[in-house]
Amino acid sequence: MHSESLKSQSTFPPKSTEPRPEHPPEVPLAIHDLTVAYHRKPVLWDVELNIPEGKLVGIVGPNGAGKSTLLKACLDLIPKTSGWAHIYGKPYRKAHQLVAYVPQRESVDWDFPVTALDVVAMGSYRRLGWFRRVSRKENDRARDALDQVEIAHLADRQISQLSGGQQQRVFLARALMQDAELYLMDEPFAAVDAATEEAIVTLLRSLSERGKTCLVVHHDLATVTNYFDWLVLLNMRVVASGPAEETFTRENLQKTYGGKLSLLEKAAEALRHSIE
Amino acid sequence: MPNWGDIVEVLLLQNYNTRLVVLSTTLLGIAAGLVGSFLLLRKRSLMGDALSHATLPGVTIAFAIMVALGGDGKSLPGLLFGATISGIAGIATMLLIRNTTRLRDDVAMGFVLSVFFGIGVATLAMVSRLPGGNAAGLQSFIYGKTASMIQSDFIVIAVVAGIVSLVSLALLKEFLLLCFDDGFASSQGWPTLWLDISLLALVTAVTVIGLQAVGLILVIAFLITPPTAARFWTNRLLPMLFLSAIIGGVSGWLGASISALTPRLPAGAVIVLVAAVVFLISMLFAPARGVFPRIARHSHLRRKVDRQHLLRAAYEILESLAGDNEVRNTPFPIAALQLKRAWSQRQLKQILRIARREDHLEPAGSGFLRLSEPGFGEAARITRNHRLWERYLIKYADIAPSHVDRDADFVEHILGAELVAELEADLETEIDERELTVPVPASPHLIQADPPAEA
Repeated sequence: MHSESLKSQSTFPPKSTEPRPEHPPEVPLAIHDLTVAYHRKPVLWDVELNIPEGKLVGIVGPNGAGKSTLLKACLDLIPKTSGWAHIYGKPYRKAHQLVAYVPQRESVDWDFPVTALDVVAMGSYRRLGWFRRVSRKENDRARDALDQVEIAHLADRQISQLSGGQQQRVFLARALMQDAELYLMDEPFAAVDAATEEAIVTLLRSLSERGKTCLVVHHDLATVTNYFDWLVLLNMRVVASGPAEETFTRENLQKTYGGKLSLLEKAAEALRHSIE
Repeated sequence: MPNWGDIVEVLLLQNYNTRLVVLSTTLLGIAAGLVGSFLLLRKRSLMGDALSHATLPGVTIAFAIMVALGGDGKSLPGLLFGATISGIAGIATMLLIRNTTRLRDDVAMGFVLSVFFGIGVATLAMVSRLPGGNAAGLQSFIYGKTASMIQSDFIVIAVVAGIVSLVSLALLKEFLLLCFDDGFASSQGWPTLWLDISLLALVTAVTVIGLQAVGLILVIAFLITPPTAARFWTNRLLPMLFLSAIIGGVSGWLGASISALTPRLPAGAVIVLVAAVVFLISMLFAPARGVFPRIARHSHLRRKVDRQHLLRAAYEILESLAGDNEVRNTPFPIAALQLKRAWSQRQLKQILRIARREDHLEPAGSGFLRLSEPGFGEAARITRNHRLWERYLIKYADIAPSHVDRDADFVEHILGAELVAELEADLETEIDERELTVPVPASPHLIQADPPAEA
């Protein structure tokens, strides 16, 4: 039902006469009027989204479409120029315990003096609170989480001695430790081996079966409809959002990937010149 | 030259004149080793350098103010307070440049470092002409001078070093998360900005109490060298922290002692040199990540690979000599070996020399070679592993028999006994009756006499 209202809202510029889209408080992630700009260059424009509970949601779009930025803005990691993103009806700072974040693998230095188990245990830090150390209980849970991604035998290995796919699994295990309701994952499938890809998909499905919501930035169009049951097509603005089969259409993809210089980009260009 | 008695007296803190100095640089080293580890892991080493240079204007201005208020301007707490204020101002300037312009971090740090230090040097020249004050000692904040330390100075240094060490251990988990993955830390709701500020506050504290003993130019080395050296020995954070604290403490203790025994040597420089020696030893010899152990591991593996190639080549030659009969250990021409692999003359000569030393080969007349008894056994075993692995690749990795030789070549050298047993179990049905009775199964591909192309 909201897919139509979102589509009409995502035209630029938004008309003020349109009814304000509804964001019921029970949705895991509701985004309203979100605009993000880096150094005067807009990256996301007027994003309007409701992510339904228990769904495996893929965020798809070309490079520079603002996919990672969308996640980071929802997590309060970068400032929003306008708009808001609510987790179950609350701002992020009041709901962070409901969210697990899996950053891009390249975002950290893997030659760091910690083991796989140490990294996974980081998922329990917030629950431990200030000053309290990781105890046997947390380590046991971390081993369980590693077991769920099938690398329990690598627990004591230093993280630089893991393969790319294994490092990705460590990140996922850390997110599992958080026992969250909403999982935001930034390209978990990037440059991993086939076995890891399969393990991640299995994990995502089991999370979704338990009613958890997963929002996954994804690159590979060939696997999109196999992996996800809900899609957000993104290119600076939301091109389309809805059930995967309905949304993954030729027309929508063309709008997302084709026609490089859209009116939107021209407007962004003009805005930049006017400020400079 | 100082005699043995003096040396022992200074090292064991029995000498009243040097006791305070040696003790304070030791405590300082422990604190610097702990905080420096996090500074290094946060990749903020350069920021520490800018910070220490930014303390100089604070020292001179505090001196001027104290003289204006009627003192002689030599109160250490007053001078250190000034250093703290201008150090913080330096960091604030750096953050201001970074967040309001699009200049990169290194530009902001370079700017703050040089400009603040310039202001410091200029004001130092000005305050040294102030009537009533005695600015002679201020110079020592640049290079460090320990001789003038009194008991109240020591108490300041000891208390601050103790607090810094305790706080950095208390915030171990939080700092670890901040250094490894600040985005994740932030997403969990940790106040990463305040954690960063706390870390910089600890660095500022160590820098300021290190000014007197080590001097502002060298204090960054005292912060960075111990953790860098410690990192070579371990891949775990806690051992790294403790090792770093120990290296820092020992450098401070030994450095100050040496300097006390040879009065012309400034303590700061000696302390940093001691730490540098530890660093050099760690870099070259530490088993975990040192240069020489790594080279040794590489050449060990290389030699193992060469030996296995040689023995397998020899076994395959013996196989072709035997024809349909059982393979027997007979002499074979060296020239045949040359055809098996793309070895250069020199390479082959060296490999043969090593094999002879390892007792795998026996001389058998000119131009001929013969495997020793253990060499022959080893050759059969290696060839067997190679062929098992080849079959495994054909079965599971879908590699064409014509290509399997080279692919097997990469992995077989690291096959352990356990893996071989697994291979055997797995391939039981593949190997027919006849092959199970002979030690070495037939090759799944035609063995060429031409040297195969090396990848």
